[in-house]
Amino acid sequence: MNTSKQLEVQIKDMVLKNPVMTASGTFGYGYDFEDFINLDSLGGIVVKATTIKERMGNPYPRMAETPSGMLNTVGLQNKGVDYFCEKIYPKIKDKNTNVVVNVSGSTLEEYVEVASKINTLENIPAIELNVSCPNVKEGGMAFGTNKDMTFKVVSAVRKAYNKTLIVKLSPNVTNIVEIAKAAEDAGADSLSLINTLLGMAVDSEKRQPLLSTITGGLSGAAVKPVALRCVWQVAKQTKLPIIGIGGIMNAQDAIEFILVGATAIEVGTANFINPSITEEIVKGMEDYLQRHNIKHISEIRGVI
Amino acid sequence: MKYCKDFIVVKNETITPTLYILRLQYPETLPEIKPGQFVEILVEGEKDVFLRRPISIHDVDKENNQIALLVQVVGKGTSQLSKLKEGDKLNLIFPLGNGFTVMGKRVLLVGGGCGAAPLLYLLRVLKQQNIKSDILIGCKDINHLFSKKEYQELSNLHVTTEDGSFGEKGFVTAHPILNEDFDAIYCCGPTPMMKAISQYAKQRNITCYVSLEHKMACGIGVCLCCVAETNQGNKRTCVTGPIFLTSDLKDF
Repeated sequence: MNTSKQLEVQIKDMVLKNPVMTASGTFGYGYDFEDFINLDSLGGIVVKATTIKERMGNPYPRMAETPSGMLNTVGLQNKGVDYFCEKIYPKIKDKNTNVVVNVSGSTLEEYVEVASKINTLENIPAIELNVSCPNVKEGGMAFGTNKDMTFKVVSAVRKAYNKTLIVKLSPNVTNIVEIAKAAEDAGADSLSLINTLLGMAVDSEKRQPLLSTITGGLSGAAVKPVALRCVWQVAKQTKLPIIGIGGIMNAQDAIEFILVGATAIEVGTANFINPSITEEIVKGMEDYLQRHNIKHISEIRGVI
Repeated sequence: MKYCKDFIVVKNETITPTLYILRLQYPETLPEIKPGQFVEILVEGEKDVFLRRPISIHDVDKENNQIALLVQVVGKGTSQLSKLKEGDKLNLIFPLGNGFTVMGKRVLLVGGGCGAAPLLYLLRVLKQQNIKSDILIGCKDINHLFSKKEYQELSNLHVTTEDGSFGEKGFVTAHPILNEDFDAIYCCGPTPMMKAISQYAKQRNITCYVSLEHKMACGIGVCLCCVAETNQGNKRTCVTGPIFLTSDLKDF
């Protein structure tokens, strides 16, 4: 699709043919989308959150539509890292795109164990560390909402993982820059942000919450302004390449994230509405560069 | 293979003020569609509608490359769909889900309200395969009975209405047709009705399939929002379902 390399970007050692990636939990393992797009046309795909053991996830109902967005409480349902390595990895390892694994856990040890196992997979160039999970040993507070816990978990995973380490930040914090710096100091190679915003929806007629767990993660177009603000703040204050995520529905949205400092972007909820959207965004970004006579995407990175 | 393509509205037929049948033209040759499968519709022109709307396929006209969808107005998305006119474009992801497993020599179909939608196309396929069928429809009143002529052409129609305006007065669970012998029961409708029919089928040791209507976002198996609790753990209604054997489901 893009032969001129005008969209080629790099996240540490991982070269992306264009900045368009997919967000974890919105794209399965990629092959679910092959009826609609050519995976090779994407910069990268981030596959579902992977934990040390199989997780059944949360009870139904897990989803509620909200204005310009949706809430979910899937609860990291996945078959565990060993199943991923044995059954799923062989199906995706030869794709001509960067396959990144989202690593999740309930304890520091679990994160390290999953990262170590993924480290042995030759064709996985990077992991994305989901630090938004609750730390069950520390009272259930999410790792990524505290700078010390973030530093500890990123440091520990850094020792066990020697390829590109991306840390996915939670927006549910008072000062996201503080957390970003903790991850940078602990050895992260890149930061991806934002994860979903904690939210809630209520059925007034039934006088009940709409999600089984009462609260859930908000995603979709509604979160874009928050995501842009977070990316802009973090880009200004860290040296790491940033992957912008949050409410990207089209190429203009993607360009906005580049303008505030992102090197690459991840498309999430939009995949549910238009399964070909990622390819359309790549094309739209090429058109943008042509329209504005820009030779390479990096020329507009962080100009705001 | 799944497709994401535009259809053209051929006809939007009003059954009741909240019930519509949309007939849609596919510009190419329709791929194979199984009864019980569904589509995800992109609703345009309504700012409060963000996600697609999953709607089951009511009927398929292979010869003319048309499909029919039954739309019940329950919110802003379906309200917008009810306003569609001949010539309007509609973007669909289809065909989705597993569809019914056709089996046996004589089967019973049980439908409740608008939930009966997927049964018409199932009757067509059963007829093609020379499987004898009876269809039992439960609805509010005679005005809510849709596709009556087609049911009568393809099967033996039995009806219960809540007000007795057509067929037997009462609910499907009390209809005498249930006392006859069937190799399988295919049931779609409100959950309490499906659970009652499932219990009945279990007592009589009859294979029973139900169509679950769970809230979903993507419809293609990636968001994991629409899960149903099965004996093998949480399964995606949009991929493993929406048709489930009741013996595989918890709480059925």
